[in-house]
Amino acid sequence: MASTGQGGSPYKHPYHLVDPSPWPLLSAFAAGLLVTGIILQAHYGMMWPLVLGAAGTLACMFGWWRDVIKESMTPGVHSAVARLGMRYGMILFIASEVMFFVAFFWAYFHFALYPEHVSGATQAIWPPQGILTFDPFHLPFLNTLILLLSGCTVTWAHHALLHNDRKGMIVGLALTVLLGLIFTGLQAWEYAVAPFPFRDGGVYPSVFFLATGFHGFHVIVGTIFLAVCLFRAIAGHFTPEKHFGFEAAAWYWHFVDVVWLFLFVSIYWWGAGEIAPH
Amino acid sequence: MAYAADAHGHDDHKPNFVNRWLFSTNHKDIGTLYIIFSLFAALVGVGLSFLMRLELQSPGLQIFADGQMWNAYVSAHGLIMVFFVIMPALIGGFGNWFVPIMIGAPDMAFPRLNNISFWLLVPAFLLLGGSLFVGGGAGAGWTIYPPLSDSTYQPGPAMDMALFALHLAGASSILGAANFITTIFNMRAPGMTLHKMPLFVWSMLVTAFLLLLAVPVLGGAITMLITDRNFGTAFFDPAGGGDPVLFQHLFWFFGHPEVYIMILPAFGIVSHVISTFSRKPVFGYLGMAYAMVAIGVVGFVVWAHHMYTSGIDVDTRAYFMAATMVIAVPTGIKIFSWIATMWGGSIKMDTPMLFSVGFIFLFTVGGVTGVVLANAGITQILHNTYYVVAHFHYVLSLGAVFGIYAGIYYWIGKMSGRQYPERLGKIHFWLTFVGVNLTFFPMHFLGNQGMPRRYPDYPDAMTGWNMVASVGSYIAIASFLFFFYVMWVTLRRGEQAAPNYWGEGATTLEWQVSSPPPFHTFDELPRIR
Repeated sequence: MASTGQGGSPYKHPYHLVDPSPWPLLSAFAAGLLVTGIILQAHYGMMWPLVLGAAGTLACMFGWWRDVIKESMTPGVHSAVARLGMRYGMILFIASEVMFFVAFFWAYFHFALYPEHVSGATQAIWPPQGILTFDPFHLPFLNTLILLLSGCTVTWAHHALLHNDRKGMIVGLALTVLLGLIFTGLQAWEYAVAPFPFRDGGVYPSVFFLATGFHGFHVIVGTIFLAVCLFRAIAGHFTPEKHFGFEAAAWYWHFVDVVWLFLFVSIYWWGAGEIAPH
Repeated sequence: MAYAADAHGHDDHKPNFVNRWLFSTNHKDIGTLYIIFSLFAALVGVGLSFLMRLELQSPGLQIFADGQMWNAYVSAHGLIMVFFVIMPALIGGFGNWFVPIMIGAPDMAFPRLNNISFWLLVPAFLLLGGSLFVGGGAGAGWTIYPPLSDSTYQPGPAMDMALFALHLAGASSILGAANFITTIFNMRAPGMTLHKMPLFVWSMLVTAFLLLLAVPVLGGAITMLITDRNFGTAFFDPAGGGDPVLFQHLFWFFGHPEVYIMILPAFGIVSHVISTFSRKPVFGYLGMAYAMVAIGVVGFVVWAHHMYTSGIDVDTRAYFMAATMVIAVPTGIKIFSWIATMWGGSIKMDTPMLFSVGFIFLFTVGGVTGVVLANAGITQILHNTYYVVAHFHYVLSLGAVFGIYAGIYYWIGKMSGRQYPERLGKIHFWLTFVGVNLTFFPMHFLGNQGMPRRYPDYPDAMTGWNMVASVGSYIAIASFLFFFYVMWVTLRRGEQAAPNYWGEGATTLEWQVSSPPPFHTFDELPRIR
């Protein structure tokens, strides 16, 4: 392996020139197999390409990020300028995620603000006739409090990290991961008792399940991200000066939190109709 | 702009083949991969258009079995040209090659992400190309509107292959966009302030922001389309209460910025070429930069001018009509500034300049028909006719593609170290110019006669101009093949290129390094005075 860009680099600049890596190529083809697998599953009920694609994608992510963590532990690679670049990158990635959710909120408000857009409805009302919705101040409100609390615990962990309080950081992070898991569990329970079906339930369940479902997926990703940070915290990877991995996870978690607040306010609360018995 | 040139004394160490071309983390090598990929995809895209013009050469059905097959080929042609030819060449190719060099950076901010952005295009292209051979193909147009793209009308897996191809290409674009923005914001050499940045870098910055904010919305829209098709949702399915017009909103919220994504990098290239070959700095540099920013911003609030006939409210149409016409202002600033750059300059009409002047003329024609189509009233008549086809081919196939050609002839000596033969370049330009104008200008007339898009057949009365268009397209296709010959001659027998083969008109940083540049540019950062 060439010594390019690693410690004792021959370059007189602060940037990180990365060594050649197999992960981008492998990830791209694993992603290709993953989406081909979804098509084969949906049309022919073939399961193994999907499983193989998903496993390959996860394996590539693991290998890729393992390399990143290794580099972050090598002195002189992740300079202050390189870390600033990563901050830009994470902010931009979150911005693109926000725009992904914009699509689903757009779909929601297209129907909720203009119920006459709901094709075939006898009455222009939202939620559509016959749809019973969740009581916003039952499970959804509990979930709101859980996510807000997890926002506090992750900030606790961050401040503990900044003050070199190792124990506080680990406890704060562990609680955040736990709260994330509880949220996912409650969300799964809510789906199980939903008063409307996902498949062929019409436009309301479509918007509801895809908007909250993609949020739930992001909660799971964020929880994994935070769990990785927890392991790294226990392994002593973070210092008060240098802990971008933690920061990125915290930012991502706050983003997921804010999306939930919008979901809660606009879909569960403002968009509530006749409440389903619970 | 000048800096103390370093001697590049170290040995120019290159990794082995697999590390260099498959596992690459080098912006120049990845840029080269993008350009090669784009040219290959262009062969496929042009091949499809050849079949289409063969079919339309005379009335009746010649080589296509039915409308579905025709639509599948039209859709593949459009999607390939947009996502796998123009974007990879302009953004992945020239952007990768020259953004880092022009700002004095040794590479992109995230070299591995850069490589996955490229490689994601390969499975995406395989899926899209493969969709042509599965069932009846994906015949819903590049705009993939439901209900035509629903499981009712495109029941097979081909449509899903095209949709997932867009997902992969979209992920590639989003990652690439974040990479470009980070590179431009974080890696400019000392003294390279935003207001000293070359216009090509400005164009890539605006393009990257458009990609970052527009593509995820397409991602959401096609996700809903995929779940509608396969998993029982009803976003766009009226039977379940859904609304097909919602898809049009989501698609065009992406689709309109997308057309600027394709043309802005060409604006950047043309600015450099015009300035170089007029031996003058660009007229109104700041105005040129902020005109692109304005086009980018306003480009996000004009989307529904693609939907005048879909039953949207008359006030909405009035707003979108006014907003759309506003775009003509910053675009006019650019056109007039290019002309003012040439004014009084010592102009040299080499091939890149020919393509750039051709660009200005053709893009202006396309822009003017765009102002015509901005009118909601007129578009009631012209919507989905060949007038629209002529309009967007003038701005894309004759605008963006002329930008690509200008860039290739301008930079091929820099990228390969070998200069193209000038006479062959000029022959290529004139063949292309005559061919594409013969192809697309008659389409304005056909549109005015009422010939609709996306039909393989037409009334006998329209035979004349269709024949002219087909003959024109054969010339254009021949010129495209001739271009490969020119490139072959260049790479085989081209003269060794000096570091700055264009002379004093070429002032940006890429002209201060050798041709081709060393594997790693700027081991020591340049200082911009």
